[in-house]
Amino acid sequence: MPELLPLYGKTLAELQDIVSQEGLPPYAAMQLADWLYKKNVESIEAMTNISKSAREQLVGRYYVGLSKPEGVSASADGTKKYLFRSGNGKFVEAAYIPETGRATLCVSSQAGCKMGCLFCMTGRQGFQGNLSSGEIINQLRSIPEFKNVTNIVYMGMGEPFDNLENVLRSTEVLTSEWGMGWSPKRITVSSIGIIPAMNTFLSRSSCHLAISLHSPFDEERRMLMPIQNVYPIADVVEEIRKANIAGQRRVSFEYIMFDGLNDSPRHVREISRLLHNLRCRVNLIRFHPIPESSLRSASDETIIKFRDALTSKGIFTTIRASRGLDIQAACGLLSTKGLLKNKD
Amino acid sequence: MKAWKEGDYRLQQVISNTRLAPGAFLLKFRKQFDFSAGQIVALGVSTDIEPRFYSIASSEEDELISVLYTEKPDGKLTPMLSMLNPGNPILVSKPFGAFTSFKSEPVFVAAGTGVAPFISALLSNKVRGATLIHGAPYPEYFYFSDYLSEKLGRNYIQCCSRCMPGSHYVGRVTSYLLQWDELDPNRNYYLCGSTEMVVETRSLLISRGVPPDRINAEIYF
Ligand SMILES: Cc1cc2nc3c(=O)[nH]c(=O)nc-3n(C[C@H](O)[C@H](O)[C@H](O)COP(=O)(O)OP(=O)(O)OC[C@H]3O[C@@H](n4cnc5c(N)ncnc54)[C@H](O)[C@@H]3O)c2cc1C
Ligand code: SF4
Repeated sequence: MPELLPLYGKTLAELQDIVSQEGLPPYAAMQLADWLYKKNVESIEAMTNISKSAREQLVGRYYVGLSKPEGVSASADGTKKYLFRSGNGKFVEAAYIPETGRATLCVSSQAGCKMGCLFCMTGRQGFQGNLSSGEIINQLRSIPEFKNVTNIVYMGMGEPFDNLENVLRSTEVLTSEWGMGWSPKRITVSSIGIIPAMNTFLSRSSCHLAISLHSPFDEERRMLMPIQNVYPIADVVEEIRKANIAGQRRVSFEYIMFDGLNDSPRHVREISRLLHNLRCRVNLIRFHPIPESSLRSASDETIIKFRDALTSKGIFTTIRASRGLDIQAACGLLSTKGLLKNKD
Repeated sequence: MKAWKEGDYRLQQVISNTRLAPGAFLLKFRKQFDFSAGQIVALGVSTDIEPRFYSIASSEEDELISVLYTEKPDGKLTPMLSMLNPGNPILVSKPFGAFTSFKSEPVFVAAGTGVAPFISALLSNKVRGATLIHGAPYPEYFYFSDYLSEKLGRNYIQCCSRCMPGSHYVGRVTSYLLQWDELDPNRNYYLCGSTEMVVETRSLLISRGVPPDRINAEIYF
């Protein structure tokens, strides 16, 4: 019997290809999209306005392709971390973060990651594969809080721009009228700044962009993020300037604050020079220590001073609230454990 | 992931494409732009396939640019690269990248074709007092070994993971570094190769007392 293919995560154009290959009427593609992304069915049999014979035909080749999380840990503050298994025993995490008036879901785009950032647990896993568009959106669709989620951030495991096509497919499904109908303003894709893919993203999507900055200085950023050797942050910023981002689209720079490393007035000056006159914001993040690393988070006092110093230079700066400290420590920990368990 | 952009590349002719070992090749084409040792070029055979990056393995002074590559049987580009003959067209970007500032007495740690930037730095006489620790599965994958042995003498260490005990250290670069009694935390370490190799080597060096700011890595992602 041929292997069944998942429908979930397919764009309208891909669904149109499927219905045409199956010899079904063209409007069946829209019906499929409606059942998958608006009516949220879990089986092809439940798509009752598609003829019985067409459904039987589809069932022979396709399935919806949702998969439930295999594990969850819940924090006292309401944050939940879900562990999903996709093909080949890969594990990925999604974090559900409820706040007053909103709930954010942080999704993964790859199992593991190729980028090897010094401060990251996912980076230590190496790369186990790209997630399909369906596997990305499944992280939203298959959690019990699905209906409560108001914002999605692609800040979980993996580098979204190293899996650009699947990430763009997933944002297309999320934001299209025929899909889930989300506003792109509720979706942020976060990257370390792979320039060609970033430029494609900026031209093909209207979702927000977040760039991991972490240091404005070459040598320091290179130590933290080897990608600096290929795409220096100054070039990334230059490309964002050229893209002339206007309207409601937002560009932010993520800045993990490490004690004694990137938290000095010298850093404030260099960041303000780097981002001078760019319409953007900086988001300061406390570092959650990872095993066998000497990196430590800057103190709350230092972070507040840093925010105030950047603000006084005219850069809109926020401090990200720490959530789920008791369950996660760092993105990648849960899945690393899952991976190890799987290897045993 | 990385699209070709008009103006970013030149159409060039392959000068040679020599098989150095099973699945490993040295590709040469004419140099059109100056580069710094450690830089990379993007290569392709048509604009339909996203370009891939390759470290330059030749001297800054050479008229030709060389790149070392291994063929990935299920890869998109390298099976096509390996079919190229002299005179065939190839798309080449301007050299770019910033894995270029090597301090004196560096320790280079490379796996496979990751030795390329270090060969370029040595051929260009950019570094003094270097040690090179190179990992490969079999002896034939120690590219440029005659030159490196002559240039570096005992500071050229071959770690051969699948060799019989004999002339090479048998094992991976990480096992060599774990027991290397000359490991000096005050030297600068430059790592080049796959994510797994870089991440493992970096953790090991840090666990042996090398400060992270003395480690610089180029990852072949
Ligand atoms: C800065 C830099 C410098 C580099 N320098 C060199 C160099 O000097 N020499 C060199 O040989 N290489 C180098 N590389 C790697 C090179 O760019 C190519 O990635 C490599 O040659 C493979 O290209 P390919 O098109 O044949 O394979 P690809 O089609 O890119 O595939 C590579 C491998 O990954 C696997 N793969 C592809 N997609 C997936 C997926 N979604 N999930 C899981 N596995 C997947 C494939 O099966 C294959 O085995 C460098 C990379 C970088 C970033
Ligand atoms: S921080 Fe992001 S890009 Fe860097 S290793 Fe972790 S997952 Fe990959």
